[in-house]
Amino acid sequence: MTVAAFSGVVFLVSAAAGFLGALTGLGGGVVVTPVLTLLLAVDMHYAMGASLVSVIATSSGAAAAYVKEGYSNVRAGMLLEIATTAGAVAGAHLTSKVPVPALAIVFGAVLLYSAWHSMTELTARSAQAGDPLAERLKLNGSYPGPTGAVAYRVAHVKAGFSLMVGAGLISGLLGIGSGAMKVVAMDQAMRIPFKVSTATSNFMIGVTAAASAGIYLRHGYIHPGLAMPVMLGVLGGSLMGARLLGRARTRVLRSLFAVVIGVMALEMVYSGVTGGMR
Amino acid sequence: MTDFRLEQLVGNLLRAGVILAAAVVMAGGVWYLAAEGTARPDYHRFHGARGAMPWTQGLSGPLETIQIGLLILIATPVARVVFSMAAFGMERDRVYVGITLVVLAILAYSLAGS
Repeated sequence: MTVAAFSGVVFLVSAAAGFLGALTGLGGGVVVTPVLTLLLAVDMHYAMGASLVSVIATSSGAAAAYVKEGYSNVRAGMLLEIATTAGAVAGAHLTSKVPVPALAIVFGAVLLYSAWHSMTELTARSAQAGDPLAERLKLNGSYPGPTGAVAYRVAHVKAGFSLMVGAGLISGLLGIGSGAMKVVAMDQAMRIPFKVSTATSNFMIGVTAAASAGIYLRHGYIHPGLAMPVMLGVLGGSLMGARLLGRARTRVLRSLFAVVIGVMALEMVYSGVTGGMR
Repeated sequence: MTDFRLEQLVGNLLRAGVILAAAVVMAGGVWYLAAEGTARPDYHRFHGARGAMPWTQGLSGPLETIQIGLLILIATPVARVVFSMAAFGMERDRVYVGITLVVLAILAYSLAGS
């Protein structure tokens, strides 16, 4: 295959990943790495570098839309970014130390978790008693509801902060956005309403990925020749997907995509264990 | 300026940054395909970077041009953090100016070199 044909294939695959990722809310970056490594025999580090770039593109590209809705909690996002960026820097440094088969196995496990997470409906839980720390840090807020502003309290700030260090670590280690983990930390631990968690998480994903990007660039993980079709594909696909959102019936698509992710996760683990990936 | 107006401005600036980055990456990509389109891709094995950050010689070649687009892209979330700090500063919220400075310091550590 020539560079031109290879770039074309990578562009199309990335566009499909971005499209499905935006439509299902799972994010496209998470499937880019397994597709590149398993189907196109790309080195794991180059794949993770290209995926990280596409994560920043979708996060910043979607920011304008999220801002208009007025859901994101800027203070909570900024506070938690200390945790995610610190975790990401540690994770990105760790990537050069961890052998590739081990990276593949961890990647597979995280993918399995994402697939499972997308299939389960989380029950919304609002905080009965807020955290005094949240009061002091002005984290409690409100979001636009159908009948005016809905106020909410933020709970378990320290637990949420610790979970975010983990989310950042995984993001830096694997070159993904780890949006699912961020939403769980805010939504389940800190009891921040789901819509606010999602919007705030989108804001945090780009900043977290930027914290890994400097280290990835210096290690040479981000190859411009590969990042080019991946970034343009995922960005184009996710913008199209976001436009269709609300009009398409996503439940069946979501289950289908979750199954695809699950199969790729098992493949990743398998190739890591059997040494098919080095 | 209200919080919401500022947020909207930042959102639009981010979108402009992404569009600019995509345009530069696309221009470099067209150059790359024209110059090296018939070569064989070599991403099977990781070559790594020795010493300095690779592909940073400005617009000297197609891969270097794409790299500039990627750097613009990486700068967009960093710009957002800087704008947030300005907003907290205007509200005279010292605690959050401090929190934002910590985030910026971690980003600077990663991007400017360790």
